[in-house]
Amino acid sequence: MSFKNTSFKLILSAFVSGLVFGFGLILAGMTNPSKVLAFLDVTGQWDPTLAFVMAGALLTLGLLQWRIQKKYRHHLTPVNSKSNIDSKLLLGAAIFGIGWGLSGLCPGPALVSLSSQLTGSYVFFLALIAGIFLFKITDR
Amino acid sequence: MSYATVLTALGGGVLIGIAAGLLLFFNNRTAGISGILAGILKPWQLDSQWRLAFLLGLIISAPLWKGLGGNLHLELDTPLTVLAIAGLLVGYGTQLGGGCTSGHGICGNARLSKRSIIATLTFMVSAGITVYMVRHVL
Repeated sequence: MSFKNTSFKLILSAFVSGLVFGFGLILAGMTNPSKVLAFLDVTGQWDPTLAFVMAGALLTLGLLQWRIQKKYRHHLTPVNSKSNIDSKLLLGAAIFGIGWGLSGLCPGPALVSLSSQLTGSYVFFLALIAGIFLFKITDR
Repeated sequence: MSYATVLTALGGGVLIGIAAGLLLFFNNRTAGISGILAGILKPWQLDSQWRLAFLLGLIISAPLWKGLGGNLHLELDTPLTVLAIAGLLVGYGTQLGGGCTSGHGICGNARLSKRSIIATLTFMVSAGITVYMVRHVL
């Protein structure tokens, strides 16, 4: 095997994490843009079920973090975490929200739906990549 | 909203939480999908292998889900031009704001990051206003 043992483990755990994440998005209905839009449409025929997705995820992850920290005294501060609140954060989140509200798609579901072979998912995905590049080019 | 959809929503959330916990525990990484994706695009990061593995898992989850007999209904009736604009905004916005629904909405909020709580409130409100404008004003 060309990978060192530890890095193979890291790759495997990342793969399983991505897979389980995708299953979660599918089961939750997050891959269905019309359901996401119905959640965001508070003044219309509001479908609040997606709030339960967030509740389930936050409780589970919160509990896991708490258990892991207690058991292993392993402080789970991920690499690259920032703490400052600035105009970039607010503007970026607002811009992301507009795109999410227009399409009902955020990056996770966009990736999961790539295999559906819908023209729309390809278009969205390519535009998503273009948007990331646009940021990388302009943010110097 | 029915009892069954609430249960699947909760169950899906639990799976997402477990997935994020796995990546945090074994890789010491945030399961922020926009960030993981950006990391494999030029100028790429040196640690791209785990990123590719995560993204691959995400992409093949749908065919595997169907292969295991799961129900999967994917439909996109938004016009392509709107999807293109939306994709650009999501790509640019998540990079500028340092996260999306997964990175800020799940991972950041779960560790009570003030930054993520504020980002989540901001994109929820902005998405809500956008849907309101599209469906009830324009």
